[in-house]
Amino acid sequence: MSHDHDHDNELDPFAARVRALETILTRKGLIDPAAIDVIVDTYETRIGPRNGARVVAKAWADPAFAEWLKSDATAAIESLSYTGRQGEHMQAVFNTEETHNLVVCTLCSCYPWSVLGLPPVWYKAPPYRSRAVIDPRGVLEEFGLTLPATKKIRVWDSTAELRYLVVPMRPEGTEGWSEERLADLVSRDAMIGTGLARQPA
Amino acid sequence: MSRREANGHAADLPPGVDAPVFAEPWQAEAFAMTVALHDKGLFSWSEWAQALSAEVKKPGAAADGHDYYEHWLAALESLLASKGLAAKSDVDAMAEAWERAAHATPHGKPILLENDPSPTE
Repeated sequence: MSHDHDHDNELDPFAARVRALETILTRKGLIDPAAIDVIVDTYETRIGPRNGARVVAKAWADPAFAEWLKSDATAAIESLSYTGRQGEHMQAVFNTEETHNLVVCTLCSCYPWSVLGLPPVWYKAPPYRSRAVIDPRGVLEEFGLTLPATKKIRVWDSTAELRYLVVPMRPEGTEGWSEERLADLVSRDAMIGTGLARQPA
Repeated sequence: MSRREANGHAADLPPGVDAPVFAEPWQAEAFAMTVALHDKGLFSWSEWAQALSAEVKKPGAAADGHDYYEHWLAALESLLASKGLAAKSDVDAMAEAWERAAHATPHGKPILLENDPSPTE
């Protein structure tokens, strides 16, 4: 034991600085601590890749929705009540037989929060941010995704104003499936482009 | 997580899907404060992206991304300082007060700023 008394609470420097900011901003009336808790809860439990999976499943099942998603993803996604908080525009990029799409943010970590929740650690880490553009095929192989050499890979670099959602190809053998059942095949990685939709069991 | 509950089956989820997005509570608080301040119109999301980008491109960022929220916090501090909303010296002083308060709080009790034994204000 390094402590010989009971006054052994420590705040690490980052935690102390966050509390300091919170105190200063609360006293200025700029933030409400209760609202902060709500935001944390929302992003930890309510918003996640299930939202994006529903968008993709609807596009698979409903050609009119797919067209709308292609031409105005921001409005099409908003129609399902998944609204971006940062006023960002969305663009849906559709995988085809010829082209696979991959999303990155080389600048920082812009990500379509409203449909995918918060980004995974690797999305924010320097290796992915720097290598996805230079060597997308190699990066995908590290994710266990080996694409045929004939398939083009298109890399989309997100910005604060424009975020991308990959619409993976619908797996074979899912004709007539409900949107709900289809959504179960859509993983987060498939919507970033580091994976494909799951095959039906 | 909600995804797991909603699906009722987790066996086919790729690894990492359910990894926690915040490693420590302060990371979630720093994130939420940024969202709340933006909602209040104190900065645009482009301004935020610029501030964050300036931090994450500094040399020495960890390859595994574990220090991401440290950059996030530094970006938030610099943006708030540049907007005149929270001067660095004020944040330094308040952070020290919180550390003193933590140290003066018996183990197991909530840390409150009132526990700071030598308040300066």
